[in-house]
Amino acid sequence: MLLIPCPYCGERPELEFVYGGQAHIARPADAGALSDEEWAEYLYMRDNPKGPHAERWRHTHGCGRFFNVVRDTANDTILAAYLSGQPRPPKSTGGAPR
Amino acid sequence: MNARFRTAAGGLIDRRRALNFTFDGRALQGFQGDTLASALLANGVRLMGRSFKYHRPRGVLSAGPDEPNALVSVRRDAARITPNLRATEIELYEGLDARSQNRWPSLTFDAGALARLIAPFISAGFYYKTFMWPRKAWDRLYEPLIRAAAGLGDAPTLADPDRYACRYGHCDVLVIGSGPAGLAAALAAASSGARVMICDEQAVFGGSLLTGGDALVDDLSTEAWLARTVSTLASHANVVMLPRTTAFGYFAHNLIGLCQRLTDHLPSPAATAPRERLWQVRAKEVVICAGALERPLVFPGNDRPGVMLAEAARTYLNRYGVKPGRRVGLVTAHDGAYRTALDLHAVGVDIAFIADVRGAADGHWPTTARAAGLQVKTRMTVTGTTGRLRVTGATLSKVSVDGRVGGGERFDCDAVLMSGGYTPSVHLHSQSRGKLIWSDEFKAFLPGGRAERERSAGACRGVFGLAAALADGAEAGSAAATAAGFAAGIATAGGRFDVRTVEVGADSMIGALPQPSSVHDGEAFVDWQNDVTVKDLLLATREGFRSIEHVKRYTTTGMATDQGKTSNINALGVVAQALGASVADIGLTTFRMPYTPVTFGALAGLSRGDLFEPVRTSAMHDWAAHQGAVFEDVGAWKRARYFPRPGEDMHAAVARECAAVRTACGVFDASTLGKIELVGPDAATFMNRMYVNAWTRLGVGRCRYGLLLGEDGFVLDDGVVGRIAADRFHITTTTGGAGRVLAKMEDYLQTEWPELKVWATSTTEQWAVIALQGPNARRILEGVIEGIALSPEALPHMSLAEGRIRGVPARLFRVSFTGELGFEVNVPADYGLAVWNAIWEAGQAHGLTAYGTETMHVLRAEKGFIIVGQETDGTATPDDVGLSWAVGRTKPDFVGKRSLARPSMAAPDRKQLVGLMTDRPDLVLEEGVQIVALRDQPEPRRPIGHVTSSYASATLKRSIALAMVSAGRAKLGETLYAATIEGDVPVKVTAPIFYDPEGARVNV
Repeated sequence: MLLIPCPYCGERPELEFVYGGQAHIARPADAGALSDEEWAEYLYMRDNPKGPHAERWRHTHGCGRFFNVVRDTANDTILAAYLSGQPRPPKSTGGAPR
Repeated sequence: MNARFRTAAGGLIDRRRALNFTFDGRALQGFQGDTLASALLANGVRLMGRSFKYHRPRGVLSAGPDEPNALVSVRRDAARITPNLRATEIELYEGLDARSQNRWPSLTFDAGALARLIAPFISAGFYYKTFMWPRKAWDRLYEPLIRAAAGLGDAPTLADPDRYACRYGHCDVLVIGSGPAGLAAALAAASSGARVMICDEQAVFGGSLLTGGDALVDDLSTEAWLARTVSTLASHANVVMLPRTTAFGYFAHNLIGLCQRLTDHLPSPAATAPRERLWQVRAKEVVICAGALERPLVFPGNDRPGVMLAEAARTYLNRYGVKPGRRVGLVTAHDGAYRTALDLHAVGVDIAFIADVRGAADGHWPTTARAAGLQVKTRMTVTGTTGRLRVTGATLSKVSVDGRVGGGERFDCDAVLMSGGYTPSVHLHSQSRGKLIWSDEFKAFLPGGRAERERSAGACRGVFGLAAALADGAEAGSAAATAAGFAAGIATAGGRFDVRTVEVGADSMIGALPQPSSVHDGEAFVDWQNDVTVKDLLLATREGFRSIEHVKRYTTTGMATDQGKTSNINALGVVAQALGASVADIGLTTFRMPYTPVTFGALAGLSRGDLFEPVRTSAMHDWAAHQGAVFEDVGAWKRARYFPRPGEDMHAAVARECAAVRTACGVFDASTLGKIELVGPDAATFMNRMYVNAWTRLGVGRCRYGLLLGEDGFVLDDGVVGRIAADRFHITTTTGGAGRVLAKMEDYLQTEWPELKVWATSTTEQWAVIALQGPNARRILEGVIEGIALSPEALPHMSLAEGRIRGVPARLFRVSFTGELGFEVNVPADYGLAVWNAIWEAGQAHGLTAYGTETMHVLRAEKGFIIVGQETDGTATPDDVGLSWAVGRTKPDFVGKRSLARPSMAAPDRKQLVGLMTDRPDLVLEEGVQIVALRDQPEPRRPIGHVTSSYASATLKRSIALAMVSAGRAKLGETLYAATIEGDVPVKVTAPIFYDPEGARVNV
């Protein structure tokens, strides 16, 4: 079970959180101006990297806040945790034991 | 007592405390400190089980958790029978009732052993190849027969009456294993001030130190040093010591699962005492000191009772005072067997032979053995053993330098002890996703790169020998404490132990012993528990299996409850040799938790019965229960489904309840509907963006049916929304969707539109909701309501008002989910029952009848009102279900709007909501049945829709159904067919509304 560093509450076990999918996918401000392909790209297409992945988590059974985490999908190492709306921290190469 | 194989003195057993126990009903005695296996051996009982597949007689192989043969059931009472326990791990207690397994009628005469007669024919893959047809016979005949013949013990049929505890643990350093390395690691870490937990699967700490020997540590015997060390650790306030505790699983981010056995060793546990405790320990650093497992040798007849691991025999002798036999032969690839032979020789056991498979044996121990007059032969192999229920002799052959096996010579003996060296226990390291590296030196896999904050120390990473293990453990414990942020322990830093002993080296052997071609290798066992022989593995490679993962599954080697602790490495060796590849290239099968089997009880803990899942009930639940309501589960809620009167079935009750609503009035508990209070200056803006509807012009005191989509444009939820004030909405959601809707709102509020000043709060539990539906609803309500005018002009359909009922503040909604004049009374949940009772009383003069969810479903279906999740399935657009009128088309944006503009969302063949009427009014279609266009067409048929709701309507005196049918609205009046299990049934397509299509009844 992952230990997730909630930026508001500190480290808490994964049980308290709900995964929220890939981070930094902003809802298009003027969706009507998008082609069907562009809209489908926003709606359905997600990265599936082996390595660092910026993703959203919600501390559902805690403060209730959404925030972002960079997790290395190859070894579950959590490389960063930061507030929603903030840019992704400079890319870590990751992979080292926690 | 008749303990023929007990030594005169010595061992860690308490000879003053004799214990009575039974094995298969036979009364026997052992001592406090015995395991079941040691007590049986002391009594001369060699035969402890029958093998899984061939029912071969089996004795104990090991003295620990790796035991594959001696599996027994322990019985306390009819409900407390634990099967498949390893006799080597069962602590003896007064009155222990143990039984052998997988035998009939008895252990010594087992009819199933006839299987050995056909053993040559039932090699690997036999079942797959043989029981191919007829197909149906597999389920009815073959599988039950095979399962009955092969098997383990029987689980009790009664519910487990025991209690299981669970606990979270947090520490800086978790030490797994309490052998020399583990103790040294714990000492070093504890002296730094770190919070230390140390666990061991055995009842007492010490690991290999419990096997005795004449080593001295800091001028103390190992026994004295162990006692001093354990008491030192116990005196540390920052150390938690957990004996009888197995670390069975290593999970992400250093979460370790421990199973602590609390009462299984007690003769009569307190009724309230938990039997086991599941620990979930989050450790900053983990030190794995799991030791090593002795490796068996693979030769024909190596499974006869009396063939045992050499160090296990030394454990039985030195720890339990039990001799493995009177005349013992040893076969070995490791110097440890010589030490065993010398220990046995010292207590008067005859040593028949020491056969060393190595070319030379001239270290300290072999030299000492020769000096003691023991017969040592090198470059030997074993080509067979004799005996039926126990071993009576072994045949030895010389192996020439070029590998040829010479003629055999038979030696009488009543035990054969073997040692192929040691296999480091890398299970937990591997479970943590740490890498494994093949070592040619040790012929074993050792821990490589790590993925978690863990380190291995001692024999589990190939550091063998007492002195080395102590030093390695101290270093690891100290490093772990430092990594956890503590000043490293100094008092016992690495290398500070003064150890005087002679080590036994680290030689080993992998694969099968060489055999002359005449010898049948179908009796050379690699995996004892699953009866896998060298022949099976060779067959698998001949049949083309290359990957060890495939060989494993085909032959089932390593797949028994021991997970191949004794067998995996030799299986690898055999396969590697057969394929002419190196073991490193063959690879290793995956180590998975649990290390040893864990009871379901321990994993379930307190989460059973009423505590398995929380149950949600409304404020009026007890009233409904008292009225005899039948409840149904909706999510975690208990909802009253119908209220049968004496003699009524559901059909009759629902018909009566429906009639009451249509002709007088019904009262319904709608409290489970999700409710969200949305407040803030931007509340209307937020509603406009979330829901498809237009909210700006919705006046205060008015309600609207709200429809919520996902961004994909498909219906997600619905519910009536009331505007309480300019900046305040009272939102209702479906019962099951409440959490989902609130989470979605929070998502958009927090991440997409954080600039909006609006707050969403769940009020589902705060409001009790009482729905009054029917022509008499207003009359009933007039008698109890205060401060709200109920006239159609003052409170028209789809409006709301705030007032009081019998003094209780209330929000009154005039809404209808039945098509009748309707009100929903919202009061604070704590007053729900009182208000319900007041309404119930006031309604008695007006035919008020309580109704449940089943009646609610029928009434709404008569009106064609959809239920999200019943008519919709995550692929329905608003237009598909006839709700395009709700969509605010002029709004610039709302969640899902862009998706609705995709061409496929307006495709003419989309499934649309329609009504269906069968020709026969009494025929109620099954929900989910497929709709086809043409009758009795041959398969495969293309369905064009399906029935979503279907009921017998008492109001209409006929059956009705709602369905989603491709281009359904263009098919009104047509006849389609429902493909029921009895055949095609003609159905007429109608509009999805069966009663009062003008809506006259609601506007009164």
